[in-house]
Amino acid sequence: MTVKIEAKGLGLGYGDIRIWNDLNLEIAEPGLVGILGPNGVGKSTFMYALNKILEPTEGTVYLGGQDIRYMDYKDVAKTVAYVPQQSNETFAMSVLDTVLMGRYPISGFTTSEEDVKVAIRCLKMMNLTDLAMRNFNELSAGQHQKVMIARGLAQEPQILMLDEPTSNLDIYHQVYVMKLLRDIAKEQGIIVLVICHDLNVASRFADRLILLSNGAIVADGTSKEVITAENIKNVYGMDAEVVESDGRPYIIYHVDESVRMGESPAYEKKEVP
Amino acid sequence: MNIGNLLSEIKGRASLSKTLVMEEGESDEEFVFREYKVARRSKVLFIAGFVALFMVLLGYKITLGEYDIGFVEVYETLWKHITGTIDPNSKIELMNDNVVWDQRLPRVLTAIVVGVGLAAAGAAMQSMMKNPLADPYTTGISSGALFGATLAMTLGLYIVSGYYGRVLNAFVFALVPALFIITLSKWKKPSPAMMILVGIAIMYIFNAFQSYMMLRADPNAAASVYTWSVGSIGMTTWEQIPIIGIISLLGFAALFIMTRTLNALNSGDAYAKSLGINVDRVRIVCLIIISVIAAGIVSFTGIIGFIGLVSPHIARIFVGSDNRILLPASALLGACMMLICDIVSFLIIGATLQIGIVTAMIGGPIFMLILIAQQKEVW
Repeated sequence: MTVKIEAKGLGLGYGDIRIWNDLNLEIAEPGLVGILGPNGVGKSTFMYALNKILEPTEGTVYLGGQDIRYMDYKDVAKTVAYVPQQSNETFAMSVLDTVLMGRYPISGFTTSEEDVKVAIRCLKMMNLTDLAMRNFNELSAGQHQKVMIARGLAQEPQILMLDEPTSNLDIYHQVYVMKLLRDIAKEQGIIVLVICHDLNVASRFADRLILLSNGAIVADGTSKEVITAENIKNVYGMDAEVVESDGRPYIIYHVDESVRMGESPAYEKKEVP
Repeated sequence: MNIGNLLSEIKGRASLSKTLVMEEGESDEEFVFREYKVARRSKVLFIAGFVALFMVLLGYKITLGEYDIGFVEVYETLWKHITGTIDPNSKIELMNDNVVWDQRLPRVLTAIVVGVGLAAAGAAMQSMMKNPLADPYTTGISSGALFGATLAMTLGLYIVSGYYGRVLNAFVFALVPALFIITLSKWKKPSPAMMILVGIAIMYIFNAFQSYMMLRADPNAAASVYTWSVGSIGMTTWEQIPIIGIISLLGFAALFIMTRTLNALNSGDAYAKSLGINVDRVRIVCLIIISVIAAGIVSFTGIIGFIGLVSPHIARIFVGSDNRILLPASALLGACMMLICDIVSFLIIGATLQIGIVTAMIGGPIFMLILIAQQKEVW
């Protein structure tokens, strides 16, 4: 059964810096949901709140109808898996041991054979079995990213959240990963939430897109509803042509003298509503 | 062959999984599963090797001294003492028992429990703080404990009077840097380098007060405090060993329970939280345990540097960074290093020098060699 995500009157920030005020959102249907928006808009911060990594200043998040404030950290981890943007290991273990870390909320102190088999299955999904016994630090940035996705999958969550999972991947692996995530969402009936900067990749694979800008949800719906020339202009300050292929919108950027650093609407300091 | 290559060679040869070949009809998954099991087994073999080394060093250390006793005789005597089968009519057996059990074993046991405690604390601290330079010494915890114990010994200032007043003083002052680290990590989100620099600053502050107290104290008291403070394992008695042993071994056990959580902390706070770990609480509990270990050890033996810092790094070369294996391996290596330092000081100087001096003399160069020779993949 799909675990519904609800954010009600959510306020988020770091110290005096306000990122979100009164954010309301509901994700009830299983599928791949893309979170879009310019750098620094608060996409990762929003994800942190859904995962209890960051305590909201106002409002709350409900997971499957349960108020996250009253859920134990461990129970949240059994429901939601999080794949960070970058690896942050100081003392690296083997690739397989790194993926096994994803079993933390589920398994006991010792690693069971079942844990190892699940981890290997996830490595296989990411085509990483050849690297299983290599040290994590020996891998490239793209391989790190694939290992972290495998680690998220090994958690066997009901909600999977990935922060820019394709940012270091070549186009083949971008497509492969997004297709895999979409298929997992469909087959397992879970919500897969992905922060993505490649609008075309997001448009091609996501069942729902949520476009964020300056502390507000600018657009929320299917790729056709969200990926429009007007939205791109308003949010990113870019002129773009939207064309359709396989029933999905794609954008072609028009790069001219109008694109200058610091002139994107994302730089406009608006009051967070 | 340089040291870096040599370390890699040892590691490569010892890692049995690297010699495996895929069998006919074996799938990718089955092969990786077999590789994983063999790799685990090779790590257990390393631990068994450390245990064997430890047993050899323990026996050999007890043979050293004025009175001549063989390696096998040492273990025979220990066995007979434990099982209560010393022949009361045999002068040799009684003499051996006196030398081994009463004269030499307290020093050796102190070396072992101190090595176990410091190395386990160092390994846990490095993972918890995500910092290869962290140990109770570089974070100022040992200096805080030393200051607390010195307050009691030179000025007679006890939080609670009595036999354990010195230990409690050491614990309370060991908590000062620990609490400072916790507050700082919550408030400022410091980088690993900043944490260590803060620890070193705290260490200097405590050392300054310590030096001031020593200058103001009675010269005889100051001399005895100085001899103790530079790391001494020769002054512990059979009455004190259970206390220091319990503190050190229980501390090790408590940290061992937390090893899986420490593995997750090594991936960063945000990821650890996403795995359901209450990061702040874990850090507080971990630092309290480390402070108890440091206070227990420092109040009986003074400051013994480098064991907590170096042992986890050497262990990591052989068994990797999974704390569930790293912590016991570091503890065993810590005990071995303490015994090696004590043996070396006896063999070279011909007397039992303060162990803190020897660990720094030997541990310092070893640490530098590891740092220079280290290849990236080990960390």
